[in-house]
Amino acid sequence: MGVAGHLRLKTYALIALLILFGPFGDLLMSKGMRGIAIPASLRIGAIAHYVYLVFTSPLVWCGTFCMIGFFVCYISVLSWADYSYVQPATALTYGAVALLGKYILGDKITFLHWMGILVVCVGVAFIGYTSPATAEPPFSPPPLGEGPLR
Amino acid sequence: MTTQIALLIFIVVGGTFGEMCVTRAMKIIGEVKDFTPRGLLRTGRRAFKIGWMWLGFFLMALSYFALLGMLARADVSFVIPVTSLGYVVGAIGGRWFLGEDVSYHRWIGVLLVCFGVYLIFVGRS
Repeated sequence: MGVAGHLRLKTYALIALLILFGPFGDLLMSKGMRGIAIPASLRIGAIAHYVYLVFTSPLVWCGTFCMIGFFVCYISVLSWADYSYVQPATALTYGAVALLGKYILGDKITFLHWMGILVVCVGVAFIGYTSPATAEPPFSPPPLGEGPLR
Repeated sequence: MTTQIALLIFIVVGGTFGEMCVTRAMKIIGEVKDFTPRGLLRTGRRAFKIGWMWLGFFLMALSYFALLGMLARADVSFVIPVTSLGYVVGAIGGRWFLGEDVSYHRWIGVLLVCFGVYLIFVGRS
């Protein structure tokens, strides 16, 4: 496999991880937090107990792990791939959210909603047709003057 | 109404520009090749020495608070489709701020994604 093929494969792999980590992080965090009762009073003891429950919830920890995974994958893929390539591709998370909602939470998905997901997928396929990194390596951003913002 | 328009503009333009600043910082660092925890920490340390990264996070945080403020004022089924305009801003910014080659195929893809996100939120049950 050539350098371009390797780069494309690496980009697809990280975008696939983004699409998994993002919705799973939201879902686990949401389920974890909803399972913990909000303290009835603002007493230190009640708040400390609430914080203890949050920090000992496996769902919250799994959700946090997924969110960190999402963030790491996102900034890593942006180190070589175009922003205008990665950003719209992350819209596939809408499809993942709908599938998770339908098969895990039992949500009802309307026809128009499915059509929207289909249009997003077609859009991402168009973007996937282009090269993930269009700047010649090593990438050199256009200069914007001197100072800390180089 | 003016506050809502200002918030929406900030969410779309500010948030997207914040992400582009982060992209710029990561492009300065170069391709991440070491995905071990130690390698990722090293990359993180290098990234936070670059001003663009801090500016990006600052704008993304402000945009997030603007989104919360907007969601308190308007329906989510209105707010989220409007924020999908960030994909268009991202394509324009990618071309002019990051020097990316945004071809016709990519433009068609971006516009389809925007339309798809609009349909998803219009079609919410």
